[in-house]
Amino acid sequence: MKKFLSVLVLVLFLCLIILPTLAASNNTIKIGVDLELSQAVAQYGQRELDGIKLAVDEINKKGGILGKKIELVIIDNKSDKTEAMNVATKLAVKEKVLAILGPATSGATKSASQAAMQYKVPIISPSATDDTVTINERTGKVKTYVFRTCFNDSFQGNVMANFAAKTLKLKNAAIITDASSDYSKGLAKNFKTTFTKAGGKIVAEESFGKGEQDFNSILTKIRDKKPEVIFAPVYYDEAGLIIKQARELGLNVPILGADGFDDPKVVEKAGKTYSNNVFFSAHYSSQDTDKKVKDFITNYKKKYNAEPNAFAALGYDLGYFVADAIKRANTTTDREKLRKALETTKNFVGVTGVINVDKNHNAEKSAVIIELKDGVQTFKQKLNP
Amino acid sequence: MWTFLQQLINGITLGSVYALIALGYTMVYGIIKLINFAHGDVYMVGAYIAFICVVYLHMGFLPALIISMVFCALLGVIIEKLAYKPLRNSSRISVLITAIGVSLLLENLMQIIMGADSRVFPKVVADNNYKLFNNHLLISNKQIYMIIITIILMILLNYVVKNTKMGKAMRAVAQDSDAARLMGINVDTTISFTFAIGSALAAAGGVLVGLYYVSINPLMGVLPGLKAFVAAVFGGIGIIPGAMLGGFSLGIVETLVSGYGSSMYKDAVAFAILILILLVKPTGLLGKNIKEKV
Repeated sequence: MKKFLSVLVLVLFLCLIILPTLAASNNTIKIGVDLELSQAVAQYGQRELDGIKLAVDEINKKGGILGKKIELVIIDNKSDKTEAMNVATKLAVKEKVLAILGPATSGATKSASQAAMQYKVPIISPSATDDTVTINERTGKVKTYVFRTCFNDSFQGNVMANFAAKTLKLKNAAIITDASSDYSKGLAKNFKTTFTKAGGKIVAEESFGKGEQDFNSILTKIRDKKPEVIFAPVYYDEAGLIIKQARELGLNVPILGADGFDDPKVVEKAGKTYSNNVFFSAHYSSQDTDKKVKDFITNYKKKYNAEPNAFAALGYDLGYFVADAIKRANTTTDREKLRKALETTKNFVGVTGVINVDKNHNAEKSAVIIELKDGVQTFKQKLNP
Repeated sequence: MWTFLQQLINGITLGSVYALIALGYTMVYGIIKLINFAHGDVYMVGAYIAFICVVYLHMGFLPALIISMVFCALLGVIIEKLAYKPLRNSSRISVLITAIGVSLLLENLMQIIMGADSRVFPKVVADNNYKLFNNHLLISNKQIYMIIITIILMILLNYVVKNTKMGKAMRAVAQDSDAARLMGINVDTTISFTFAIGSALAAAGGVLVGLYYVSINPLMGVLPGLKAFVAAVFGGIGIIPGAMLGGFSLGIVETLVSGYGSSMYKDAVAFAILILILLVKPTGLLGKNIKEKV
């Protein structure tokens, strides 16, 4: 009798655990969104969310996937690494989502990926470019549940180093990094390796802390070393200020950056006259003549009444990317099947290019180089991996 | 040599902002012994008020500066009346915690109203760079504005404190508020007036930073607020010339540290100075050692 009772209690207990999971699997597919919607890099998260929402609306209008509509559970991680992990945990455990989209930045994604690995939920970042986002730094192994739909920094750093050394044919470079950002440090490292290999020399390396606004002292110091080019892999807030303050100090050399420069705020802060001779690598250019790109721009404008930037495009692609994987996995609840489907993505055609997921869960795709001419983004060249 | 002078110009520009904020800290501390941690956020509000004046009301730079100073003076008085006055007789620590609360309130309120993202302060003044000594030294018109406006405000403040009746009342309350009350000085009005002046100066600092760095955000007051506190302690908290001296020295030290060492150490150096001063001369550079009366 006692045994029977304990078994009964156990069964009841198990039911209590399982029931909510069953109840959750109703008519929608729950997808979590863990993005930077406020504070330091809110601009990235906001635009990516716009893109994701546009994609999901389109998919739902066409009847959803496997007969079910996508339901987004959106939580703001406040541009904070720790918060990004809390949000991912909440999405995985409490909201029981099938997959998590985001975060936008490398540091936040690395932190959130710990939760993804622990609760075995696929997490896909649209724009975390740091190399170690998908690879465990200690063991060197791929993080099973972490994916991204953008290229990584070794690729981006190489592209910019080769651009400086081979296209611009410059020898002496100065580097300015944001010491509080994994993205910035990773890019600087890759740039340095490739640039030195190509015969260039790094004449100055400077870094600054979080939220810095005054770059005059480090720029004055750099000016003294007479570099021919400055590489500043920073986010938009600092990028505009660095360009402006460098030009005001009479440093008129080319300033190179990465996808962090891809925001109208850069030109607004630097001012139109100073926004010349600036080059950066980006995920997509709105001047691309591809039909898919043009359609995306038209639809985005219709919905938000604004020009989409690369982050909006990355968000949009991410929406379709995950939908494509869910369809191929043929499941709306099984995270494990979805993970396998994500791993085998081949020739996914998005707005930002054709995506093949490689063995390290990176997206193999092309990058474009954009030049600022009087503050206007002009397409310079396209580079394949 | 030229690089050093250029760094000095950068340092003085940065220092003038610290000095403007430090003045408010020091005056409030001098009069009611309160470290007003919300002061850095008043500076932020000042920058946003000028931003609104310029962008939405299409004003010029000077009117925006004046409106922002007046608004923040009022804000300072309101904060004092609502948050600090009811706690006038409570322990020092509860007032300090309230100050932190007010600081968080202002930061988050601004994030709700104006958004969490940084804003670009419009170009109200044309960019002009002056080249001196064969291009060896560069100074922008905005740097000149910053330094000149700071100096004018300091001279005005000095005049108010030294030569007006209100200034006399401020000095009296700072020395002994009970005795001042017995002499017929309205202590509450004097304290409010101190908050008004201090907040107006902080607002001016915010507007100048907006003009110079073109970028403002709701959390911009946190670090400069702390640095200004260091500057105030450095010069001797409660002493007005000390705040100016502390502000300028801190700006120059920071610039030289990042110019000749690494930018990463400059905050560390600023706070190391604070610790050092507290260890060696707790009253600050210009402070006198006053024995506690029994």
